[in-house]
Amino acid sequence: MLTLENVSAGYGSFQVLFGVSLEVKAGESVAVIGPNGAGKTTLLRVISKLIDATAGEIRMEGRSLNAVPAHEVIGLGIAQVPENRRLFPRLSIEDNLKMGAYLPAARARFAERLEMVFALFPRMKERHAQLAGTLSGGEQQMCAIGRALMSGPKLLLLDEPSAGLAPVVVQAIFEVVRKMSAEGYTVLIVEQNVRQVLKVVNRAYLLETGRIKSSGSAAELLNSSEIRKAYLGI
Amino acid sequence: MKYAALALLAAAPLLGMGNYPLHLLIMCVLWGYVYTSWSVMGRLGMVSFGHGAFMGIGAYVVVMAWNHYGLSPWIGAPIALVLTAIVALLIGYPCFRFKIVGHYFALVTLALSEVTRLIIVALRDQTGGSLGVTPNTALAETSYSLGALQFSSKLVWFYVILAFWLGGLWIWKKVDESMGRLALEAISQEEDAAASIGINVTRLKLRVTLISALMTCMGGVLYAQYQAYVNPETVSGIGISLQMVFGAIAGGMFVRLGPTVGAVFTLLLAEGLRLWFGNLYHGLDLTVYGLMLVLFIIYMPKGILGAATQAWEKRRGGVARAA
Repeated sequence: MLTLENVSAGYGSFQVLFGVSLEVKAGESVAVIGPNGAGKTTLLRVISKLIDATAGEIRMEGRSLNAVPAHEVIGLGIAQVPENRRLFPRLSIEDNLKMGAYLPAARARFAERLEMVFALFPRMKERHAQLAGTLSGGEQQMCAIGRALMSGPKLLLLDEPSAGLAPVVVQAIFEVVRKMSAEGYTVLIVEQNVRQVLKVVNRAYLLETGRIKSSGSAAELLNSSEIRKAYLGI
Repeated sequence: MKYAALALLAAAPLLGMGNYPLHLLIMCVLWGYVYTSWSVMGRLGMVSFGHGAFMGIGAYVVVMAWNHYGLSPWIGAPIALVLTAIVALLIGYPCFRFKIVGHYFALVTLALSEVTRLIIVALRDQTGGSLGVTPNTALAETSYSLGALQFSSKLVWFYVILAFWLGGLWIWKKVDESMGRLALEAISQEEDAAASIGINVTRLKLRVTLISALMTCMGGVLYAQYQAYVNPETVSGIGISLQMVFGAIAGGMFVRLGPTVGAVFTLLLAEGLRLWFGNLYHGLDLTVYGLMLVLFIIYMPKGILGAATQAWEKRRGGVARAA
């Protein structure tokens, strides 16, 4: 579904990604793991076209994203849950969700998808009129995921969904991720919480200093000595 | 209730109002319209210190077209609108495309209004420079000229300007009712996230900037024709741009009538200062503006009408709960 071929990117003269190649197949859930500063967030920003790749090619279902502006990415079926949620803090939960269904095609199915999101996150229904900025971290994460789902995406990009959350909330969020991939969503998730994320995805890539260091099925990576030593502390 | 208040306002000048109160009333409505125009974009996080430029273009282009080329304001005004649109796009597009927001946007627009003033002053052979200029009168033998858009009767001007003010409020409502409103709100809160959910940030911002700039330009046209005198200080430059910002914030830019309340407030304040201190302390009104702007932002960020509405709703809510 999504392919990256030798993608390089950065900010000004500061290069972050060096020829990254990866693939996400339909129905799969894939994680990109790696330490702080490895370029994980940059990787998602370049896929959602918030920054441009300086080299290489990104393709969604065969179509090149290189010349696509940021606001058209979602129309191709890629929805992003950005780092730190990036909700619209002074809009209500319901308005945030409404904005997720901003495109005309999504607007037509607004009511139906709202029900689906409320079923996935009953808390969102309870608090639908509350301003998003006043929610707790975990609730904000749910709202951000809900907002992304409102567009009916083919591919969901998740940027560090566990960041800054209490351990019990982290578990709940990963449970949601697992549920979504079980329901057939294609998910690309970027995470530092290696142990948790490898439990819920099919495959993973290890990104270090802007380069893919290794890849494999979640089970393979969980058992690889390199990962166990560096990331799991075993 | 709403219509009764409007009818009262419309009928007020007919109840034998003196010339000076009528002039004040007209100015309140005119500036109410201009502040409303500013707030159309200002309340969505695009705080412009450059609207003096648009007003200046409106005022000067009609007067110049009439005085130098004999072109009626009916032709001059469209020319001014086109020029305003070009300037707004030239400033807006790069700002929005390259995500110049907040303070930086304010700075860019600040330069715009001052540049416009300086151009008017520099072209003094055509514009009269800082002394200002008067449109050649068409009222030598008649009391009105539709072609020259000149009327000796203040009453006519009152209704013309009242119509524009109502039109401005109508546009405000239309913007509010469109899906764009929520999108613009989203942009002002989280621009990247807004782009990620499919909002064409640059285009939406440009659209609302154009609406606001064109409305303000018409304010300049009306001002020039009504006052029959324009001066770079009173229609462009930092002073007038700051006054728009202050008026809108003081009145409350998040409620529809807020900017108008702000206009009444600033006009009465300016007139009051003039009465109390005369012309003794030139520039005192600007000093007081600055001081009050700070006080308003700290203690009444929603403005007079915004705070009043909030207090009223709170009280009503309290009563409802008690009952």
